[in-house]
Amino acid sequence: MTWDSISAWWWPYLFILLAGWLPTDVWRWIGVLIGGKVREDSEALVIVRAVATALVAGVIAQLILYPSGSLAESSVFLRIGAAAAGFFAYLSLGRRVIVGVIVAEIILIAGLVLA
Amino acid sequence: MPAVLLAFIAGPMADSALPSHLPEREEDPGSHLKWFLSGAAMIRTIPALILMTAHVGFAGLASQSGVTVGEAMFMVAAIWALPANIVLIGAIGAGYSILGAAVAVALSSIRFVPMVAAFVPEMRGAKTRKIVLLFLSHFIAVTAWVLGMEHLRNVPVKMRTAYFAGLGMTLTTANTLVVGLVYYLSTDFPPLVFAALFFLTPMYFLASLWGSARDRTVHVAMVLGLLLFPLIHHIAPAYDLLLTGLAGGAATMAYLHWTKARGRAS
Repeated sequence: MTWDSISAWWWPYLFILLAGWLPTDVWRWIGVLIGGKVREDSEALVIVRAVATALVAGVIAQLILYPSGSLAESSVFLRIGAAAAGFFAYLSLGRRVIVGVIVAEIILIAGLVLA
Repeated sequence: MPAVLLAFIAGPMADSALPSHLPEREEDPGSHLKWFLSGAAMIRTIPALILMTAHVGFAGLASQSGVTVGEAMFMVAAIWALPANIVLIGAIGAGYSILGAAVAVALSSIRFVPMVAAFVPEMRGAKTRKIVLLFLSHFIAVTAWVLGMEHLRNVPVKMRTAYFAGLGMTLTTANTLVVGLVYYLSTDFPPLVFAALFFLTPMYFLASLWGSARDRTVHVAMVLGLLLFPLIHHIAPAYDLLLTGLAGGAATMAYLHWTKARGRAS
């Protein structure tokens, strides 16, 4: 059963509920049920945080290294360079997210226009 | 000053011998609305603005991936977690089965367990019902979490659920509308604009995830995840995200134990 299996209009919405909403909100409910009972620095929660953070970091790497759509045609070195410069600007200029995003976008757009 | 005044007025009323199963709104409806609106006003802050730019990027990603505007808006409102949405779009594009997509999304969303577990004690009063917390937990995501952790301590305990309802529901509704609007307008965008919109998402996560860390675990896991992903993608492209999470998490724990042991030895 994939996204394209059923052509009815409601199938993508059911797919989003079962493959997106449920596996996300289940964790929120578990968090409510154990909230306050488990210490935030307990070993189990540190492991969960480490796995989840590494996975989201993987998503970030995927979007930069193997993007889809229009960005896929740009040079991988331009994307890595823009991301690295943006992150360096974020770290060195007061750790504001907006600064990192703007610097990366300026370099990316300049590179795309010049190429 | 109004906060102190409201707590003073609401205090004696709430402490009267009302049975605890009565809904809180029967105590003082006016001030609940006031705190709901006070939470909703957080939409004007910089973190909320940045979240909206990230959703501008998501709208670009969705329209480039063949997801319709209705489906994209439904994803934002129903899932309310940008990484989960991006993983789901990736899984749809790769032709995953519904079960495979659910497993990938579940692994990306497992971080909500510690996030919500840490958030609930900040939001809960002595009489807060579990069903209210379960309902409101849907609106906890990175931005609402950061704003809530920062501001809930300044809200009277009895008004915290109302305040967070205003904050969380407004953020979710506004970003759902942003995705609809940008998707609708994007039919006329040139490819350069799409590329720039797409790039907003990884940059937003790179910076906001780094900044959300309360201890070293997140920074170590982030660096390891970024470095391991291309390697694992090369070896096992079908399971790259799952394996990056598990291997990155395990390597992070090994590193933390190693530095701890070394610290004790010296």
